[in-house]
Amino acid sequence: MDRSLNLIAVTIRRAGATLLSVDCEIAPGEVLSVMGPSGSGKSTLLSFVTGTLAPAFDVDGSVLLHGEDITRLPAHCRRIGLLFQDALLFPHMSVGQNLAFGLAPGPERRRDRRARIEAALAEVGLEGFAERDPATLSGGQRARVALMRMLLSEPCALLLDEPFSGLDAERRNQIRRLVFDRARARSLPVLMVTHDAEDAAAAGGRVLRIGGEDCG
Amino acid sequence: MHRSVWGILPGALPLLTLMVMLGPVLLGLWWTLAPALGLLSEGLSLGPLRAALAWPGLREASLLSVTTGIGSTVIALAITALILAGWSGTRAFAVLQRLLSPLLALPHAAAAFGLAFLIAPSGWIARSLSPGVTGWDRPPDLLILQDPWGLTLIAGLVTKEVPFLLLMALAALPQTAPGRSRNVATALGYGRVTGFLKTVFPRLYVQIRLPVYVTLAYAMSTVDVAIILGPNTPPTLSVQIVRWMSDPDIGTRDLAAVAALLQLALVIAAILAWRLAERGVAFLGRRWIESGRRGSAEGAGRVAGYALGALSALALVAGIAGLAVWSVAGLWSFPSALPDGLTWRSWQRHGPPGLEAMGTTLAIAAIATAVALVLAIGCLETEERRGVRPSRAMWLLYLPLLVPQTAFLPGVQIGLLSAGLDTGFGPVVVAHLVFVLPYVFLSLAGPYRAWDARYSTVAATLGAASGRVLWRVRLPMLTRACLTAVAVGMAVSVGQYLPTLLAGGGRVATLTTEAVALASGGDRRAIGVWAILQTGAAFLPFALALGLPALLFRNRRGMQDG
Repeated sequence: MDRSLNLIAVTIRRAGATLLSVDCEIAPGEVLSVMGPSGSGKSTLLSFVTGTLAPAFDVDGSVLLHGEDITRLPAHCRRIGLLFQDALLFPHMSVGQNLAFGLAPGPERRRDRRARIEAALAEVGLEGFAERDPATLSGGQRARVALMRMLLSEPCALLLDEPFSGLDAERRNQIRRLVFDRARARSLPVLMVTHDAEDAAAAGGRVLRIGGEDCG
Repeated sequence: MHRSVWGILPGALPLLTLMVMLGPVLLGLWWTLAPALGLLSEGLSLGPLRAALAWPGLREASLLSVTTGIGSTVIALAITALILAGWSGTRAFAVLQRLLSPLLALPHAAAAFGLAFLIAPSGWIARSLSPGVTGWDRPPDLLILQDPWGLTLIAGLVTKEVPFLLLMALAALPQTAPGRSRNVATALGYGRVTGFLKTVFPRLYVQIRLPVYVTLAYAMSTVDVAIILGPNTPPTLSVQIVRWMSDPDIGTRDLAAVAALLQLALVIAAILAWRLAERGVAFLGRRWIESGRRGSAEGAGRVAGYALGALSALALVAGIAGLAVWSVAGLWSFPSALPDGLTWRSWQRHGPPGLEAMGTTLAIAAIATAVALVLAIGCLETEERRGVRPSRAMWLLYLPLLVPQTAFLPGVQIGLLSAGLDTGFGPVVVAHLVFVLPYVFLSLAGPYRAWDARYSTVAATLGAASGRVLWRVRLPMLTRACLTAVAVGMAVSVGQYLPTLLAGGGRVATLTTEAVALASGGDRRAIGVWAILQTGAAFLPFALALGLPALLFRNRRGMQDG
C-alpha cells in the first residue's frame, strides 16, 4: 500500500494573486522541509493540508494520503497530526486528560486507556505526570506531551509548523531528534515549515523553498 | 450528528437572534402607532393627538426629558474623558477602575434610592453636618429630591453612567494605542490631559459613539430613576406615559401611545442634534489642535476628573450602605448619624415577600439569560465556522438599546391585549430578552473572537469534530467569559422595571417593580430591605462568576486569568 503524502498541483491564491504552487510527494519516514520568508504562505499551505484554510483563499489541486484523496474531507477526518511552535496543551485539562483527548476512542476498557497514556508518558521520560497541571511543566516537557498527544491520535502523516523555535538551543536539539525519531519509527511522511536552516539540516531530507520552485 | 444539526442552524441562528431582539421592538412600535392614530377606538382620527396636545404639562414634561437626558450624558461623558485623560495607565486609575466596575451591576433603582437617602433633607449628608455646621435640629424644608428642574435626577443618572461609559471606553482604549500617543505628545511638550484629549480622545470617541447614544436614549426615557429622583408635577414624559398606561380608564392608553411616539421623536431628534454637535466640537477641536497650545489647566483637569469619578463611586457605595442601615434601623431621630437602635423587624416583615419576589426575579433573569447565551454562542460560532469577520450589522445589536423603552413597550402591552394574548411571566421573559441579549453578546464577543484558534486546529487534527471542539475545548476554556456574560445578562434583567411592569400587566412582582412601587410611600425601612435584596440579586451572579472558575480550575494555573 502507498503510505505517502502527495500534494498534487496545489496552487493557493488570494484575491486572484497566486500565493504559492506546490507539487510533491513525501515518502513514509521522509521529512520535507518547506522554507521561505515570512508572508510566503508557509502556514497557509499547512492550513490547506489540515483542512482549516479560511474561505478567503482559492485553491486548486488535491491532497492524497495513503493514496486516498482527502482534499474535501473535514479536518477531523483527515488523520493528519500537527505540531505548532507552542505546545498548545489544553489548559483546563490535566496532562493525562490532554493525552486522552488525543487517544482515539476504542473498545478497550478505561484501565487499558490509562495504561496506554502512562506508557506514552514513559516513552518520553515523563512517568507519573498524568495528574499534573500543564501550566506547571517546563517548555521541553510541554513539547513532549504535545508530541505524544498527537501520536496517540494515530495520524497517518505529520505536519510541523515552526515546531522548535520556541525552545532554547539545548532542548531544541533534543526535541528535534525525538520528533524525527518517532516519525521515522512509525513511517510517517513529515511536512515541516520552518525559517530555521538548522531545522532543515537536522531533518536531513529535501528542502523546498517556496516562491515558485518545485521539489523534484 | 453535530454536523447535520449545524448544517441547518447556521443560516437560522443569526436570523433568529435578530428576530428575538428586533421583533418585539418593531411590533411594539406598530402597536404604539395604531392607537395613537385612533385605529383601536374610533378609526383613523386625530382625536388622541389633540387630547395629548391638550394636556397642559406636555411642554414641560418633554423639556424635562430633553434637559435631564442631554445634561446627564454630557456631564458623564466629560467626567469619563477627564478621568481617562488625566489618569489612564496610572495606579490610581487602577484603583478607581476596580471601584467602579462592580458598581455597573448595581440596579438603577437601588442606586437612585441610595442617592436619595444620602442627599435628602433628612439624609446622611444633612445628618452629618447637623446640627454642628447647619444648625438644623430637624430636617430642613428643602425640595432636594424631585426638584422641579430635575437636577437630582441628572445627578443620579450621572453616577450610574460614569461607570458604564468608562468601562466601554476602557474596552476600546487598547485599539487606539494610547501609550505610544502619550509618549509622542509628551515628547512634544504636551501635558497628560491635553495630550490625551488632542491625540487619543478623537479616535476613542469614534469607538464609543454607540454606547454614548445608548446612554443618551436611556437617560432621556428612564422611568424608575425618574420616579424616584425626578420631579412630579409634571414628571418627565416617560413617567407620564407610564401613568397613562396604568390608568384604569382605557381611553388614556391612546394618550400614552401619542406620548410614546413623541418620546421616540425626541430621542431621534436628540441623537441627530448630538451628531451635529459632534461636528461642531470636532471643528473647534481641530482648531485647538492646530493652535499648538500646550494647555494650561493640566493639574486642575486631573484633580477634577479624579474627584468627580471618585465622588460618583463613593456616592453609590455610601448609598448602598445607607439602604442597609435603614433596613435594620429601629428608631432613628434627626440628626443622629446612626439609628438609636437596631432591629430585624423590617426584615421579618418584608423578608418573606421579598424572597418570593427574589425567586421570580431570578427565574426571569435565568431564563432570559440562558436563551441569550445560547443565541450569542450560536451566532459567534457560526461567524467562526463560516470564517466571516464581524460585520457592520453590529449596530443592529444596539438598536433595542437606542429605541427608548417607553416608545415601544406600551405597544407591546397594547398588542398583547389586542391580540387576545395575556400579559404575564412569558411576555416578561421575552421583553427582558430584548435588553439582555445585546449585553450578553457584547460581553461574550470580545473573548470569543480573541480565543486562540490554533487550539481548535489542534483539536481537529486530533480527530475532534467541530461539536466536540466547541463543547470540550472552546467553551471550557471560555468558562470565565461565559459566566461573566451570564452575570452581566442577569444584572441587566434584575434591573429592568418597565418591561416587567408593562409586559407583565402589573401582575409579575419582581424586586425592582416592588421596590419602585414603594418610592411614593416613603417607608425608608421597607425601601431599605427591598433595595438591598435587589442589589443582592444583581451581585449574586457576579460573585458566582468570580468564584466558580476559581473553584473549578483551582489546580489549573493556565486558567487563572483566561
